[in-house]
Amino acid sequence: MAEIIDLVLLGMLAITAFNIIFIKDLFTVVMLFGIYSFLSALIFVNLDAVDVAFTEAAVGAGISTVLMLGTLALTGRKEKASSHKTILPLLVVCVTGAALIYGTLDMPLFGDPDNPAHQHVAPRYIEDSPQEIGIPNMVTSVLASYRAFDTLGETAVVFAAAIGVLSLLGLPKRDRATIQSGLKSHLVLRVVAKMIIPLIVLFALYVQFHGDYGPGGGFQAGVIAAAALILYALVFGLPMATHVVPPRVLKALAALGVLIYAGTGVVSLFLSANFLDYSVLAEDPVAGQHIGIIAIELGVGITVFAAMLCIFYAFAGQTERKNIQ
Amino acid sequence: MFAQHLPVLPIILPLMAAPLCILLGRSHLAWLLATLVSALSFVISVDVLLTTLEQGVLSYAIGGWQPPWGIEIRIDTASAMILSAVTGISTLVLVYAKESIAKEVDPSQHTLFYTAHLLCLTGLSGILSTGDAFNLFVFLEISSLATYTLVSLGSDKRCLTAAFRYLVMGTIGATFILIGVGMLYMKTGTLNMIDLADRIAEFNGNRTLKTGLAFILVGVSIKLALFPLHMWLPPAYTHAPSAVSAFLASTATKVAVYVMVRFIFTIYGAEFVFHTMSMDILLLALAIVAIFKCSFMATVQSNVKTVLAYSSVAQIGYMILGISLVSSVGLMAGLLHIFNHALMKGALFMAVGAVLLRTGSVDIKAFQGLGKQMPLTMAAFTIAGLSIIGVPLTAGFVSKWYLVTAALEQQQWVIAMLVLLGSLLAIIYIGRILEAAYFKEPSELTAGKDIKEAPMLMLVPMWVLVIANIYFGIDTSLTLSAADTAAQLLTQSMTEIEAAQ
Amino acid sequence: MSFIVDHYNYWIVVLLMMMGFYVVIAANNLVKKIVGLNIFQTSVFMMYISIGKVNGGSAPIAAEGITTYSNPLPHVLILTAIVVGVATTAVGLALVVRIKRAYGTVEENEFEDKEDLI
Repeated sequence: MAEIIDLVLLGMLAITAFNIIFIKDLFTVVMLFGIYSFLSALIFVNLDAVDVAFTEAAVGAGISTVLMLGTLALTGRKEKASSHKTILPLLVVCVTGAALIYGTLDMPLFGDPDNPAHQHVAPRYIEDSPQEIGIPNMVTSVLASYRAFDTLGETAVVFAAAIGVLSLLGLPKRDRATIQSGLKSHLVLRVVAKMIIPLIVLFALYVQFHGDYGPGGGFQAGVIAAAALILYALVFGLPMATHVVPPRVLKALAALGVLIYAGTGVVSLFLSANFLDYSVLAEDPVAGQHIGIIAIELGVGITVFAAMLCIFYAFAGQTERKNIQ
Repeated sequence: MFAQHLPVLPIILPLMAAPLCILLGRSHLAWLLATLVSALSFVISVDVLLTTLEQGVLSYAIGGWQPPWGIEIRIDTASAMILSAVTGISTLVLVYAKESIAKEVDPSQHTLFYTAHLLCLTGLSGILSTGDAFNLFVFLEISSLATYTLVSLGSDKRCLTAAFRYLVMGTIGATFILIGVGMLYMKTGTLNMIDLADRIAEFNGNRTLKTGLAFILVGVSIKLALFPLHMWLPPAYTHAPSAVSAFLASTATKVAVYVMVRFIFTIYGAEFVFHTMSMDILLLALAIVAIFKCSFMATVQSNVKTVLAYSSVAQIGYMILGISLVSSVGLMAGLLHIFNHALMKGALFMAVGAVLLRTGSVDIKAFQGLGKQMPLTMAAFTIAGLSIIGVPLTAGFVSKWYLVTAALEQQQWVIAMLVLLGSLLAIIYIGRILEAAYFKEPSELTAGKDIKEAPMLMLVPMWVLVIANIYFGIDTSLTLSAADTAAQLLTQSMTEIEAAQ
Repeated sequence: MSFIVDHYNYWIVVLLMMMGFYVVIAANNLVKKIVGLNIFQTSVFMMYISIGKVNGGSAPIAAEGITTYSNPLPHVLILTAIVVGVATTAVGLALVVRIKRAYGTVEENEFEDKEDLI
């Protein structure tokens, strides 16, 4: 059954991607990309990767699509006909594809439990992490403890993206004069948004602190919390949103999250353990792991929330400026 | 107390300093912090280099998790040597940047500039230190993202399209590397480099691993701007702020060369790459084309920054040439050239940045008559230029010498001749600029203007690099022993196989 | 037949990757290039997640009565890679916005006339 679902979803993905190649209306392209992203999230669920699915849905279908739409608002929605020859790209793609197909010939069988990938390093994570780390979600254990250095890097990447977007676009100024903007005429939207936003924030907090037990964690929580404020900004206007969460604060928060994460690692250094070794944070190593994971997930959550919202502000600030002109 | 943690510090110091810069908010404080942290990382890196020369490889288990379950920091002499060069250049560039970006970058973005620089340094240090293939990808992307930002800070609008092209190509490269690492993991079940090396040995000739290697090599070749995947580099280095060009030209692509060395010699092993897949012939051919095509391109440019950018692609050709000779001496020459080229290109771009500051242009016409007006800057340019050509008593001579030696060792007369011919082209493109500076009257770009010598804060780092060029050209004991140890270690498995045969 | 059953997943994923890759290098519009990059990357993520699947396994969250779990490691790697992807997308799109402001167009062939770029 799972195989059939997999096949159907993959087929739908192929159709979506194929359409994206030929459609010239960029609004449609971006919408199709959102669909592509949602479909891949479904495939991830089907392949047992619930955390990944969660993130893909929040990021690919959520943040990326919003940013793309924001860009389209500034650059126009029609792709012009290309004067390029299409033969060379087609050739490059065919060669690359052929190489990949050649590579698949010796690939381990799909789903076979005896694959090398499941035999060497992974069993430790599956068998020992519930005892060593003390939390049931193995993805969180690996992400936040065994491979915490990757996740520190990932937080730095998000921070670097915020720095990049800020240096390119700058943040909107807080301006009290234009505070009454947004979708004034859409009463239903405003009322519903007011009811829904607190729930989204609540859900973000749940995802943040329940990531040890179920799917979720700092990254997903940060994106969801940012989404709540993005919704707020869309309905009530950017000036109102910057009034609630000022851009300067966001910039500082994005930096703070990275410092919390790296700082947790430095605390371990001072307790004469290796960088990011949480076992020394409490008398009982398992309790120490738990404290460490909560601390770094908090750092991730703060940076991701602040960076995503910062990036959104920067794009939205551009759109507003264009509208005024 | 921190002695055993030294290997991890060159990564986490700049990583923590970057957000601190944002919190400090003031650009001169950010400059001070960035420079100090970078200098501290440099001191630590040199210490680590000396330790690796005495004790061999340093391994550090992040989070206390032993490899292959956790991520390992693994520094051997090759990594420590390039790490010292990268952190050293970063420090000098930061000192230099204060005056340089004051002219070229909007004041509101100075803090962001230092933050992005520190993030880039974090990424580069991470790539050089990590012993985990996926972790390498993460750090590669930190440095790349910071680099796109740094390039886009240029004052000409063309820096935007240059940065975009760099972003698209860089991301394709990174995704290719991701595909390759996925194939490695699928076949071996591990991501730790040493563990991968052990397990790949069983699968010599496996089609999935071959494809993985191909994707990794193409991906890394984009990042290191190997001909013909170098198209992103000349515009990026031309339009980036001078301090950024100086930093990237001497570090970023060199670190990518290191990544290639790591994947070829440590992970896959020379046997797999050169014997099973015969990559040496392909790399050799591309390296030679790169040297000639791009040296030639450098001779016909009028923008001096573009000249230096094409020269960089050509110099990368020499490094790849060293690798493709598949011998300990060849690899040593390649590593030596990574180090020495950092010294010369850093100095050259710094000199050009000083000219830009004083004349407002980097066209070759702006250089006319500068020999008299900016004697110290042009003297620095001249010596570093001689080093690029490979004149004796400069660092450039040493690496070219060993490159020729390595070629001759294998009776590759043609290759040795080609290396020398490549230097002739370098004489032309450097010579044109020197001719303008010393033998021509000021052009209409600068005529009548009162052009002063560059400020102290720019001259000092420039001359430190120039003196390093001469010092490492005369006293080669440190660089040679480091490069030799590094190359011996990397080619260990190769020599064992030869001995067995 | 069993060869196909064991590999079809990878083959379709390769097809998806190549469609994304084609959009990146062939698209004329810079926003569309970024969409292509995202499709390319998302498809690579699918390859990783396919590696992690174990037949009959369940999501890697320890629970009573479950003995077979899918491999959590590829999931962790891809979580990181997704974040890297969105970071690149954000910076790329910000560049597109600035390019539009500076050049007045985001169509590749339209600024090729001014200087050969991208």
